[in-house]
Amino acid sequence: MRSASQHGSPAASQAIVSGSIQRAHVKVEQATYAYAATDRSAPTFTLGPITFEAQQHELIAILGPNASGKSTLLKLLAGLVKPLSGRVEVGGSEASQLDLRARAQRIALVAQESELLFPLRVWEYVLQGRYPYGRRLRFESDEDCLLAGNALAQVGADALRDRWMDRLSGGEKQRVILARALAQQPSLLLLDEPTQHLDIGGKVELLRRLRRLAEENRNTVIVVTHELNLAAEFSDRILLVHKGKPLRMGVPAEVYQQDLLEEVFEAPLDVDLRPNGRPRVMVRSNH
Amino acid sequence: MRPLTPRRILGMCGLLCVVLFVAVVIALRMGAYPISISDIVMTLFNGVLGRKEQIPSEFWLVVFGLRLPRIALAILVGAALSTAGAGYQALLRNPLADPYVLGISSGAALGAIVSLIVAPHTPGAIQLAAFVGAMVTTAVVYFLGRRGGQLDSPTLLLAGIVAASFLSAIIMFLMTTLSGRDLRGMAFWLMGDLSTPSSIDSRWLYIVLIVAIGCIYTTSSDLNLILTGEQEARHLGVNVNRVKLVVYVAASLLTGLAVSVSGAIGYVGLLVPHVMRMLFGTDYRLLIPASAIGGAIAIVIADTLARTVVQPTELPVGAMTALAGAPVFIYLMRRGVR
Repeated sequence: MRSASQHGSPAASQAIVSGSIQRAHVKVEQATYAYAATDRSAPTFTLGPITFEAQQHELIAILGPNASGKSTLLKLLAGLVKPLSGRVEVGGSEASQLDLRARAQRIALVAQESELLFPLRVWEYVLQGRYPYGRRLRFESDEDCLLAGNALAQVGADALRDRWMDRLSGGEKQRVILARALAQQPSLLLLDEPTQHLDIGGKVELLRRLRRLAEENRNTVIVVTHELNLAAEFSDRILLVHKGKPLRMGVPAEVYQQDLLEEVFEAPLDVDLRPNGRPRVMVRSNH
Repeated sequence: MRPLTPRRILGMCGLLCVVLFVAVVIALRMGAYPISISDIVMTLFNGVLGRKEQIPSEFWLVVFGLRLPRIALAILVGAALSTAGAGYQALLRNPLADPYVLGISSGAALGAIVSLIVAPHTPGAIQLAAFVGAMVTTAVVYFLGRRGGQLDSPTLLLAGIVAASFLSAIIMFLMTTLSGRDLRGMAFWLMGDLSTPSSIDSRWLYIVLIVAIGCIYTTSSDLNLILTGEQEARHLGVNVNRVKLVVYVAASLLTGLAVSVSGAIGYVGLLVPHVMRMLFGTDYRLLIPASAIGGAIAIVIADTLARTVVQPTELPVGAMTALAGAPVFIYLMRRGVR
């Protein structure tokens, strides 16, 4: 696997600020992880070793077929599991070693949501994102409300603040969930298949928003997705994983090689390069 | 956007305390010996100020000797069961969770009966045994209620119903094989009954009650997040396992405490938290104290009805709560989560 900095991606070049090279915000070094049925049995799935770096302002998409290890990699990045070997660093600290609240102040993970047990208003839900900043039994301060309001505004969900969570459409709900993650003020924003229940308009809007967040908030945004074309259009770099192994990382045009994609996704695909330098994938039909 | 403030919590709880006070005064008035509201208030007022000599002796006997201790027990049991119910609903992520419905009260009752057989004269043995019974039953129902590594709502409720009927069968077996016991008294106790005074100094019971409710209260911010999903709560920095352990132990303690003094009173733990949610919202920082006071109000009213509707005899208070609780349970189940 080639290192990201060799490709001169837009974000990597931005990282050189006034002559000094900025430290990578996320650093994954030879990280591995394995699942086994029991503690003593042989692992049924192995991930890694994976090595890559990500800068602030950067949007990275992790692509791969089902059961390729994308979500496990996201858990490693979120510090929810400890790598079997190697390191996962976020902002200079090992992610899995951070205190729970300190980690939630630094890393926000938007995963598949559970069903709410009792109805909740949108603003109450977003205010929960301020939890890592308080002591036990704290009450929300004016600052918390302001930040939650800003987070809602940033995702264009201002008008939803008094609505019930279980009365929102898929797209609206996804925006509110993103707002709660933003209220955590994380430097690393991780999203696990956030476009799953959205229509095409919602998908484009979400990716555009993530792109803007990476640029405006100095976030590192890492998205696990199945959307090849949207990932090609909006991300700075792509990490392609297959059967637990990182196959390639780089700007979309470098990763989207026809033979590589066909082999990984086991489908007849055509790849062409658009005038803006970003690739486009189409299913090749025999009809 | 109006977040919850300590002032709002105090205001709402103060309001509920006023309702509780009114319920207590009405409960003090009801009974065979007639006594007017003004006499009750005067008796209470002088009693609180320690001016016993200014109270007619029959008033003192009726208010402080007979009716108030029973009302105090009703407050204790109602607060304990409602807080336990609110705790179990979050712990098991099930809006229909209740110590009685899940068989936890039956487990506590079995523990209490075993302690009556093994160590009938040891102070505090009933409470301890009921607590252990509640802990073990909660753990068993929790594991039986899982499918594919996840808690499954219908399976959990079925596990609770099966546990309750199994434990009741064991209790029946023990009761019928033990000679010389007061069977009617025990049957009453199984249905929930406040007519028997507690066997140990009730001050200890109140201390345990307040400590256990306090323990659950310290986790209320965490419970708010756990209600939106355990994984999400972990991502937001909640130590989910610690919170679950605290709620599990404290809610079992509350159930054991209530059952040890009053038997298995059903549906309070289900009914009261739901009513409080409708009135005050779902935030556990307000819901826990509101449920505790609301539970006290509910049992004070239920017990007053139980001892007055079929005068001169009386009903077990559990029969009154079941009359109100069972239809509400069905309603909530059919309506779904909301």
